[in-house]
Amino acid sequence: MSEGKLKITINGIEAACEKDETILQVAKRLGVRIPTLCHDDRLEPYGGCRLCLVHIKGVARPLSACTTPVADNMAVTTENDTIRKIRKTIVELLLSNHPNDCMRCEKSGDCTLQDLSYEYGVDGSRLEGERWDLPVREANPFIRYEPNKCILCGRCVRICNEVVMAGTIDLTGRGFYARPDTAFGRPRTLANCEFCGQCVSTCPTGALTDKKSMGRGRACEMKKVRTTCGYCGTGCNLDLNVRDGRVVKVTSAYDAPVNHGNLCIKGRYGYDFIHSFERIKSPLIRKGVKFVTASWDEALEVMASRFKALLKKYGPDAVGAFSSARCTNEENFLLAKWVRTSLGSNNVDNCARV
Amino acid sequence: MMNNNGLEGLVIKVCVGTGGLAAGSQEVIDEFNKTLAARKVRAAVRKKCVSKTGCRGFCAKDVLVDVVRNGKSFTYQLVSPDKVSRIVDEHIISGNPVEEWLVGPDYHTFHSKQTKILLQQCGQIDPEDIRSYIDIGGYKAAKKALSLDPFEVIEEVRASGLRGRGGAGFLTGLKWEFCKMSGGTPKYIICNADEGDPGAFMDRSIIEGNPHSVIEGMIIGAHAIGAEKGYIYIRAEYPLAVDRLRTALSQARAKKFLGKKIFNSRMNFDIEIKLGAGAFVCGESTALMRSIEGKRGTPRPTPPRSVNKGLWGRPTALNNVETLANIPIIMNRGAGWFASIGTKKNTGTKLFALTGKVKNTGLIEVPMGISLKEIIYDIGGGMEDKNRRFKAVQTGGPSGGCIPASYLNMPVDYESLVNIGSMMGSGGMVVMDDTTCMVEMARFFLTFTENESCGKCVPCRVGTKRMLEVLTRITEGRGKEGDIDLLTELGTDIRLSSLCGLGQSAPNPVLSTINFFREEYEAHIKDGICPARACKSLRRYAVDAELCRMCGKCFRVCPSGAVVWEKKQKAVIDKEKCIKCGACYDACPFGSIL
Ligand SMILES: Cc1cc2nc3c(=O)[nH]c(=O)nc-3n(C[C@H](O)[C@H](O)[C@H](O)COP(=O)(O)O)c2cc1C
Ligand code: SF4
Ligand code: SF4
Ligand code: SF4
Ligand code: FES
Repeated sequence: MSEGKLKITINGIEAACEKDETILQVAKRLGVRIPTLCHDDRLEPYGGCRLCLVHIKGVARPLSACTTPVADNMAVTTENDTIRKIRKTIVELLLSNHPNDCMRCEKSGDCTLQDLSYEYGVDGSRLEGERWDLPVREANPFIRYEPNKCILCGRCVRICNEVVMAGTIDLTGRGFYARPDTAFGRPRTLANCEFCGQCVSTCPTGALTDKKSMGRGRACEMKKVRTTCGYCGTGCNLDLNVRDGRVVKVTSAYDAPVNHGNLCIKGRYGYDFIHSFERIKSPLIRKGVKFVTASWDEALEVMASRFKALLKKYGPDAVGAFSSARCTNEENFLLAKWVRTSLGSNNVDNCARV
Repeated sequence: MMNNNGLEGLVIKVCVGTGGLAAGSQEVIDEFNKTLAARKVRAAVRKKCVSKTGCRGFCAKDVLVDVVRNGKSFTYQLVSPDKVSRIVDEHIISGNPVEEWLVGPDYHTFHSKQTKILLQQCGQIDPEDIRSYIDIGGYKAAKKALSLDPFEVIEEVRASGLRGRGGAGFLTGLKWEFCKMSGGTPKYIICNADEGDPGAFMDRSIIEGNPHSVIEGMIIGAHAIGAEKGYIYIRAEYPLAVDRLRTALSQARAKKFLGKKIFNSRMNFDIEIKLGAGAFVCGESTALMRSIEGKRGTPRPTPPRSVNKGLWGRPTALNNVETLANIPIIMNRGAGWFASIGTKKNTGTKLFALTGKVKNTGLIEVPMGISLKEIIYDIGGGMEDKNRRFKAVQTGGPSGGCIPASYLNMPVDYESLVNIGSMMGSGGMVVMDDTTCMVEMARFFLTFTENESCGKCVPCRVGTKRMLEVLTRITEGRGKEGDIDLLTELGTDIRLSSLCGLGQSAPNPVLSTINFFREEYEAHIKDGICPARACKSLRRYAVDAELCRMCGKCFRVCPSGAVVWEKKQKAVIDKEKCIKCGACYDACPFGSIL
């Protein structure tokens, strides 16, 4: 064991870990499942939902696995009768202030709350009382916010502030009436929102959903096609959610090596062009005032002959190339190389520089 | 203080705590000044002729005025400006105290069972003048501490057995040691003066009466843990305390007790005041620190603890006002002396705000381990209404528990209170008699905590709401079979799973009243009766013929003509006409309206 490593056990399984790891991180590595609601690997530990409570030997009170750092010789039990009972109560309490209209909910089948209701066999009907009755908010083209379905995990707020750093939303009010909202409840369009949809991506319930995908397919009906975003050179991985041969939604998985599930507005919502009638699918060559469809060979041929003619007539200083930030570093490198060696010119630049 | 006309050492002390000021002490002071000037008592022109003292607890009888003349002190109660001229003429000038306005025997029993250490200083000094604190030995302890090694200071505090007065009772010396040992600089010391418990005013009184004791305690703590910066987090609703703190801080800076190279040592230390907006949860340590950082005041789970990762992620020691005020005393008089007060594991004294249905209400200071009985019957003077029976006492503020008569001999210490489902809390003590409905009481306290929940965690946010709804329906006569079990079940889970102390203790009043007064809950639910006859919705508006003495008062007050009564006849209420306004209930002198 290397220096600084600690030893703990989770449900009797031994694990070596670093001292700043949390119990949840170690459990995940061991493949031990601890239910969570307010946790998202992209965010700082929060400890709000209390679902991940675990028993630690010698500690009277159960502690939240997502926030508790490991300590040497810690012995963790992830579920016992008391903890199962607590989890049941928590889910029950959440459902007691929830519309429970899964049948027509966009999130059904992909909803953590629904899964927990199933797992713990509770529906909240035992606890009557006041429920939120707030209007749906959707005065924008991308995001539908149905506050009544919010369980106040705070994930949307934290991703907007910790990752996006847009500061569009925060928790307002307190106690039973606390909820995420924009300042003064103004529409997102007036509240500095980037419409990156990051908040939607982290919401574990149907409170925040993609408006463009409404009614266009359940999670189980989607084929997920992993690809790389074409909008810039960062190389974010996307999962195109395809149903009946059409892209109806874009998501991104946590294991995406570059972006860890984060996307910006273009990657997440800029997919309409895929099925657009106006989409250009082959090169066009201008003939007179008209663009005429051509093959790649034809197009390259035109370019090569024109470059040659220009070089001959005016010399290498008269030509150059301007490449795009949407290209990868490798593509940009190749272009520069080509301009310098084939064209013999130093006139090469990139839009990212201006 | 003034010396004149042969009246050696004439001092007039007027209580100017918030309680005193509210009762009109400023007007009384002005009147004294005016009258003394008119009678040509020489020093009257000087501002200090009447010295101001902090709160001394006997709030029910404010404004209290001490007249010290020729070495003899007399205390007047309920002084108002119109009484001043007679006190000046008869007592100050002629030497005959006005007997009928002096405090009665209550005042003396109220004080004799107490052990006043912190409060004694409060009454002695002028809180707005650092010199009067220095006169009684103030800042000697800080000077002494700075000459010692930090670990010696920590050891002294540890040996005294002092435990945090903010509620949890953690050993202060140990907390400082953890903070001292924790890696990372800078370090911070924070004084928790949020005092969010409704009805509590211990910390406010200390700050108003003796702000320097807290500042001195912080200087000693800062030296012990190695902090250069301190904060006092105090609620903005305490304007007088804030003012006095500001004055005290600037006076301490002028004397070089704060700032660079304090007390001519190499230590730099200064204190900043941070005003809280009054959320109860901001008294919780991690929420308090987030609030100082300018964030939404919500708690975070611990560990990591504040002594390792506190304010701005740095090692921080957070101590309560009363805890800090004890520090200079311990340094001056020694750990052994302090440990000799109270019991073995609960040393020193504790301040309580005694309120409710007792005769003498106010601020008291008692040795740890004193029995509830002594507090309620000796200091409190027993029930306010002689005809009523003691029923229960709620300790620990809104999230404490109700303790019934059978436990009156129990010692008041951290462990005993927790063992029976209550807690020390910051020291609220509400006494209830048999007119108090325990279900309604639990509902009342839970209303506070439910409303103050920050909303971060599920059990507290939704759980206390649901519990409150169940309690409300019980007190309104809509209780259901199974409600008691539901309350017990929810309460147990909320206690165990909530993130911070607020949620973890919020169910206490409910669980403890179910534990000790279950039959009252059952009476509400099964029989539709409130045994204390306090729940309005459960009143039946019928006359108990056995109790009715035929006086006809109900008949006279009923606005809707529902009471049928004639002379020498028992009253009867016509259910059809009754609008349930409660007028007859309040009017009946014999309690015969059910
Ligand atoms: C909801 C809640 C409110 C609290 N309010 C206060 C308060 O107003 N004043 C206080 O000193 N401690 C309060 N505490 C306790 C603090 O968290 C902390 O334990 C204390 O200030 C530490 O100081 P001590 O060790 O000197 O007691 C509160 C705790 C909780 C959970
Ligand atoms: S879309 Fe992006 S910027 Fe807008 S609220 Fe959500 S996370 Fe914040
Ligand atoms: S909207 Fe979704 S992500 Fe945001 S707090 Fe509510 S449930 Fe959590
Ligand atoms: S227990 Fe209550 S006050 Fe404390 S964090 Fe949870 S919701 Fe907030
Ligand atoms: S996942 Fe740990 S408290 Fe929510």
